[in-house]
Amino acid sequence: MLHIPILRWGQPYTSIDVDEVKHFATGEPIATVSRANGGLIQRDMRKASRAREALREIPIDDLIARVGAAGELYMNGELPMGDGTQTPEEFVRAQSATTGLPETMCRANMKKNAFVLGKMRDILTSLTRGLAFDVLSRGHGEERGVPISYQAQSPVVGLVLPSNSPGVHTLWLPIVPLQVGLVLKPGPQEPWTPYRMTEAFFKAGIPREAISVYPGEGDVGAAVLDSCGRNLIFGGTPTVDRYRGNPRVQAHGPGFSKILLGDDQVDRWEQFLDVMVDSVFLNSGRSCINCSGIWASRHTREIAEALARRLGSVRPLPHDHPDASLAAFTVPGVADAVSQSIDADLQAPGVADVTAKYREGSRVVKEGRADYLLPTVVHCESVAAAIAKKEYMFPFVTVVECPEAKMVDAIGPTLVCSAITCKRELKRRLLDAVHIDRLNLGPVPTVQLNWLQPHEGNLIEFLFRPRAFQSADL
Amino acid sequence: MAADVTIEHARETLDRWVREVVDWHFNPESGCPFWLDVVKKAGWDPRREIKSFADLGRFGSFEDEWLRGGPVQRWIPKGLAGKPVFVFETGGTTGTPKTRVAMEDFRIDYELFSATLADEYFPKGANWLMLGPSGPRRLRLAVEHLAQYRGGISFCVDLDPRWVIKLIKKGWMEHLQAYKDHVIDQAVTILEAGHDIRCLFTTPKLLEALALRLESKGTTIRKAGVTGIFSGGTEFTPQWNRFAHEELLDGAYMTPTYGNTLMGLAASAPTGPHNNYKIAYYAPQPRAVIEVVDFDKPDQLVEYGQTGRVKLTTLTKEFFMPGFLERDEGEREPACDRYRWDGISGVRPYRGFAATTTVGVY
Repeated sequence: MLHIPILRWGQPYTSIDVDEVKHFATGEPIATVSRANGGLIQRDMRKASRAREALREIPIDDLIARVGAAGELYMNGELPMGDGTQTPEEFVRAQSATTGLPETMCRANMKKNAFVLGKMRDILTSLTRGLAFDVLSRGHGEERGVPISYQAQSPVVGLVLPSNSPGVHTLWLPIVPLQVGLVLKPGPQEPWTPYRMTEAFFKAGIPREAISVYPGEGDVGAAVLDSCGRNLIFGGTPTVDRYRGNPRVQAHGPGFSKILLGDDQVDRWEQFLDVMVDSVFLNSGRSCINCSGIWASRHTREIAEALARRLGSVRPLPHDHPDASLAAFTVPGVADAVSQSIDADLQAPGVADVTAKYREGSRVVKEGRADYLLPTVVHCESVAAAIAKKEYMFPFVTVVECPEAKMVDAIGPTLVCSAITCKRELKRRLLDAVHIDRLNLGPVPTVQLNWLQPHEGNLIEFLFRPRAFQSADL
Repeated sequence: MAADVTIEHARETLDRWVREVVDWHFNPESGCPFWLDVVKKAGWDPRREIKSFADLGRFGSFEDEWLRGGPVQRWIPKGLAGKPVFVFETGGTTGTPKTRVAMEDFRIDYELFSATLADEYFPKGANWLMLGPSGPRRLRLAVEHLAQYRGGISFCVDLDPRWVIKLIKKGWMEHLQAYKDHVIDQAVTILEAGHDIRCLFTTPKLLEALALRLESKGTTIRKAGVTGIFSGGTEFTPQWNRFAHEELLDGAYMTPTYGNTLMGLAASAPTGPHNNYKIAYYAPQPRAVIEVVDFDKPDQLVEYGQTGRVKLTTLTKEFFMPGFLERDEGEREPACDRYRWDGISGVRPYRGFAATTTVGVY
């Protein structure tokens, strides 16, 4: 069986402790993965500065070219994977088999990652707002005749990655070309992307000492967060709450993304149904940018009914089926717990599961060892319903009746807000709302990203501190 | 215990000791109120019917709750009345801790353990640092006695594991780190104070923290003067054992141990690259016995190499505890050259409780 070691600054290290990564449906072991321990990471991090030093020996322009080549290799090459190798198709099959994500979605995520690597120059130019890259390398320079200085806040970035959403990997891909090293803690069921990407980087000429990969349990994630000056972590609301205000940690969690229909457009809601369906359903509703709430002052019952009609017929298909659109829940009990939580919220007055009539029995479908949750559309007569602000990792959406005047304040924290309105005053309020992160004005699906724009904070601002700098001749 | 002692002989020694201990605890002249009361209600006489270790199964499982709450005097054997009594606690982060009375047991247990320590690494007369749980636990006094028994003096750092567990449960990780730093600060101060400390007791996590701290100061545990370490108190994996030997200890000797207030101290058979750093523990028979039993049928041993729950029996004149199901599990190990009775490897929190067990920095 394939064995995947720890990578300590690029050097393989086989642990005595190993974890099996299993097929979500059959339980068959697919690989063993070496398990790191916290102390090992803390020790290695004493050499973290070497990661940045090695990367700074290569100009950012060259690194951009190398990660572009890595994108090609990641997409098309046969790359080392632990003590074996993996073709792109084998990668897709393995990722699908352990995460429960349909193979079509795995391929789509691969394309997303490769696209970001291929467009790195544009992305960095956009994120730095046109800053000359050598300013980041040297730490200082001049812009429009004014001295400027940007100081890297950490030689490496720690990443505690999830198992259930391979799309998030796009967020860390620009870090290496910024001459900052990577300390990756893969999700237990998804070691594949971090390793494949790392091997693609190495083959494209990124120094091995710039990247470490530490699979493991909770203590490993904690050690990564403790040891790195800057970190990205992915988790649920408790994780986000725990790290709120911690300048060393950028926590990515549920998005609570929403579509708002202004009073000026809501009467022609049917024209926006495709935008709503795509926002809720693409990528099996797993992403933080999937829409979990559609808010309008009227026609909410009809909107919910139309969504339920479109989504209510969706059923799980084998993960290698070209039309498979639902991802499996691979951790036993999670799907049942989610469904029970929804059922509990449905007891509130004015709340109804509109999709219930399109299925027979439970929204949980059990296929062997895997569980699926069928798409669920819930209508809420009022914003007061607790379920109106819930988000789950499957195609789930509430359609909430709310007067337009109260809408912006009532939606709460929202990662992506697509507001369908032409009303100037409403647009103004949306532009000013600090609890909205990404704002789309017009019928833009919430899942449609412009890669040249920052996502949940600008990575450059997270990694580099602009500061005053002066020098005098000696 | 040498290899020339047969397994049968070790078993006979255990059975003989069982008879002596049972006779003591169930004799109205020497037994403790708790067990005499049990016998009165049970309607059978252990002194007549218990002939061997296997017969102890007649007592069924020892209930955890019996050790919680008072009066603790019900556990004091009449035959030891008048001796100074210590009370040691285990658990107690929330609710009432389990208590065990002791007079000399902790000293005897650690004197026996002392015999397993090589003078090369734990020199007689050397001073010790006890870097582990203090307060109402027996460990502090036990290590101090060990040091004194070997002719040295033990320095001690305060550590309250109940507070550590509360910090973890509350998610106060900054406070946890600060407390850990506070403990390590004190340890480093003592090590650097010229006390010629050459032996150390600590937990795996604190050993790691201490080693990393010393490394950040450009030194190592070995260079700080420590030649021998015995470590225990929390889970000890082969990988961590290897990591410690390869990257933390700088040549200092370390022996893993498994034990608690109720049992005493189980030493480990030699570990290293030769056995892939596997750690097998052996209870200090006949004073304590570890069995690895079926999860659902605690009266049945699992086969060698198979996984089961730890069942503990303590057999001393001060404390009789037959068939206590511990909060740990592991794999049953056969006798080895040094210990001619069953052992256990891969000790970790029992899966039935693991989700609710908080393992702290200690």
